[in-house]
Amino acid sequence: MRYLPLTQPDRDAMLRVIGAPDIDALFADVPEAARLAAPIAGLPMHSPEMQVERALAAMAGRNLTAGTVPFFVGGGAYKHHVPASVDHLIQRGEFLTSYTPYQPEIAQGTLQVLFEFQTQVARLLGMEVANASMYDGSTAMTEAVFMARRVTRRAKALVSAGVHPHYVAVLNTLTRFTDDEVVTAKPALASGKPGDDLDSLIAGIDGRTSCVVVQNPNVLGHIADLKPLADACHAAGALLIVVVTEVVSLGAVASPGEMGADIVVGEGQSIGNGLNFGGPYLGLFATREKFVRQMPGRLCGETVDADGKRGFVLTLSTREQHIRREKATSNICTNSGLCALAFSIHLTLLGELGLRKLAMLNHARAVQLAERLGRIPGVELVTTQFFNEFTLRLPVEARPVIRKLAERQVLGGISLGRLYPGVAALENGMIVAVTETATDADFDAFEDALDEVLA
Amino acid sequence: MMNNQGRVTRIAASDAAVETFTGNRALMLEEPLLFERGSLENCGVDLPDVPVVQDRLAGLGRARVIGLPALSEPETVRHYTRLSRQNYGIDLGIFPLGSCTMKHNPRLNEKMARLPGFADIHPLQPQATVQGALQLIDTLATWLKTLTGMPEVAMSPKAGAHGELCGMLAIRAALEARGDARSVVLVPESAHGTNPATAAFCGYAVENIPANARGRVDVDALLARLGPDVAAVMITNPNTCGLFEPDMIAICEAVHAAGGFVYCDGANFNAIVGRVRPGDLGIDAMHINLHKTFSTPHGGGGPGSGPVVFSAALAPFAPLPFIRKVKDGFELVEEMQARQSKDHDRSFGRMVAFHGQMGMFVRALAYMMSHGADGLRLVAEDAVLNANYILASLKDVFTAPFAHTGPCMHEALFSDDFLDGTGLTTLDFAKAMIDEGFHPMTMYFPLVVHGAMLVEPTETESKASLDQLVGALRSLAARMLEAPDAFRTSPHMAPRRRLDETAAARKPVLGYRDAA
Repeated sequence: MRYLPLTQPDRDAMLRVIGAPDIDALFADVPEAARLAAPIAGLPMHSPEMQVERALAAMAGRNLTAGTVPFFVGGGAYKHHVPASVDHLIQRGEFLTSYTPYQPEIAQGTLQVLFEFQTQVARLLGMEVANASMYDGSTAMTEAVFMARRVTRRAKALVSAGVHPHYVAVLNTLTRFTDDEVVTAKPALASGKPGDDLDSLIAGIDGRTSCVVVQNPNVLGHIADLKPLADACHAAGALLIVVVTEVVSLGAVASPGEMGADIVVGEGQSIGNGLNFGGPYLGLFATREKFVRQMPGRLCGETVDADGKRGFVLTLSTREQHIRREKATSNICTNSGLCALAFSIHLTLLGELGLRKLAMLNHARAVQLAERLGRIPGVELVTTQFFNEFTLRLPVEARPVIRKLAERQVLGGISLGRLYPGVAALENGMIVAVTETATDADFDAFEDALDEVLA
Repeated sequence: MMNNQGRVTRIAASDAAVETFTGNRALMLEEPLLFERGSLENCGVDLPDVPVVQDRLAGLGRARVIGLPALSEPETVRHYTRLSRQNYGIDLGIFPLGSCTMKHNPRLNEKMARLPGFADIHPLQPQATVQGALQLIDTLATWLKTLTGMPEVAMSPKAGAHGELCGMLAIRAALEARGDARSVVLVPESAHGTNPATAAFCGYAVENIPANARGRVDVDALLARLGPDVAAVMITNPNTCGLFEPDMIAICEAVHAAGGFVYCDGANFNAIVGRVRPGDLGIDAMHINLHKTFSTPHGGGGPGSGPVVFSAALAPFAPLPFIRKVKDGFELVEEMQARQSKDHDRSFGRMVAFHGQMGMFVRALAYMMSHGADGLRLVAEDAVLNANYILASLKDVFTAPFAHTGPCMHEALFSDDFLDGTGLTTLDFAKAMIDEGFHPMTMYFPLVVHGAMLVEPTETESKASLDQLVGALRSLAARMLEAPDAFRTSPHMAPRRRLDETAAARKPVLGYRDAA
């Protein structure tokens, strides 16, 4: 077996050193009833590399890949071009095959990357401190709500109708057995500002509110000025949590921090990471310095070594489960380290100029396509202020339209019927995302196919 | 000091004193921070021109400087390559972190995960366009259920601790479904910190169960504590002392008789995969760290993946989404409203935005198919053999508190008794290993022995690699009696000497600040 270095003479020699007659003797503690005498039935035996590759390639070949067709699917995961050097560098064995940097003297590579990542994320989100990553945007949002509870000692969270419904579902799951109160609503497909419920959120804030959670751009693509909401939160002693699922937007749109957010969480997949059918992704988490001891997750900090040289360590770990156990701020241990590395490398290549240009390119291309599709008879462009994603109202239910587009080799977006099953008022809605990867020919193909399907 | 090839391993004092202009030491290159090196005017990508349009940003454009310096591509490659060289990894040598199962990461896995058919598909594409991906997840699910002897598996949890949360939520949902409000979760004191943290996250009070003198759960104490308020017992098996819990079947029966559930922390599944099916022991839920037992890379902290297998009693409460076979393929059931399967009618809900760690699923399945049922059994056997070889080779110089009870499983546990009288700590000894070119073992965990050192070699180490580690540890154990002071200041040859963690925590600097 190619992954097992021991030879049979090795095994025999080692058993002699141990003083065991055979390998079974080492499993003597296993109750007789649970010992398996032979390989587990029902599974194949070992395979050469070539055959494994063939079997998996066959499965891969049954999927329609984003890079081979006109592709406009977003909704919390985005197809961007990732420079070749990113994937090359994250496969350096010293990054790929290392562990959590518990021995900082021989993990300065990972630690310096985390320090740089935290700095990049904090600046991008417009906040003071960021952690070393969470699993994904949805779990980061739930952690933010729990953190707001610890900070405010209140248990009522108001969640905007514009937050991704899967994110809301995760929060509902995690608060199902706690006494947290979560107030949510379904979005309205209102022309001009779909999913924008800032006025009702402001009206709903009271003395029991721990936080208001809002997504910008929201799940329907709409972007809003959050300053009035931030002011209303702060006047009532509540925190504003802002969710960003498309972080490339931060190269074009004012940051949550500038608008007054107290905690910002995000899905960082857009930068450096592929679609990967939903994971692994990269949760971003940032806040104000004064709340840092209530943060979940790992933090990397600067220090010096015994010779006075600058170095980095994991720090403030008394918040964490391996020290504080049941009193920890979160149970998270493994996070998304390698995805954070990919994010950091890509953002290093982009820098200020590249990110801003990439963001404006996404925005301009989205504006172009939105205006084209909005001219198709019967189709309404519902989102009028947006970044790179907008919602259309079709004259018919969108879910079958998406399927028919796929039959024509166009991956045309997400139907609101899939995100909000059973909500009749939303079923004609369709979310379309446009990134720098879409060509003019893709636009033509999409428009033609949509015309055809709606005809 | 000679190694086994008769070469000197200790650096000459005169060499250490050489000063360099750059601060570099030959191949050991210092690397400044991105923020000291990069420029706001630089850019490492070329992008197409932005078409001129009337923007739709509604006056919400980002006006202020963000503060993101860039490096060109050659500088970027060099920055990260230099940083990578300050890291230890499995590719460099044995990484014997107990309970972390740092085994070889096969490169076939990396190649397969990057096939566009897996890497370049969107989680919300129409299901007809991702049938191969659903097939892959379903195939992996079948392997996991078969290897564990459990009827159901939830694939979406993102890591081990997230899997624990999944299991405990299912237990809580099952108890509430029968109107049985219970408030306490029992956790052995040898448990990973994630266990009590997870139980608390689910709203339970946590009570510790002590270990006995044999390094196992004190079964009498556990049985005495069972009662109508105990929702579950979270138990790691093999446990964090590297020992199998021989009374596991009896424990499960007793917990069930008292109306509770058994959550098994599967972090140490590598020791028994292919030789024991946890389902045969009577457990109700167990997470499987794909980044431990099934070789997906740990990547310096993640990503992981923590699928959870369930007993028939908990299966109906498993989370959304799940995959089921339909007439001409696979269906991903995403929403409560859409559920039609009797098996999942009481799902406790969704845990993540999408469907879990697809990239890790591909890697794990590539690994499983490579090994097969026969090879996986050999994985457990060699992992246990390697750990026992370490235990047998060191127990005369180290203190092995439980060696008298018989063989260990996949990891060998030592206490710091052998350091008595030297004034040295486990930390000192571990740091001295760094100068010998090893990543230290897990230190100070589990909490049940003083100054614990937990060594998990894994099955992917050769006998020669183990012999070198043993030789070095025996040499260190001899040297610490002659020259303990050198241990207190070790490591001496790593990229950094010991770092001041107290200063880091007292006045945290968590990001780069530009000079005013």
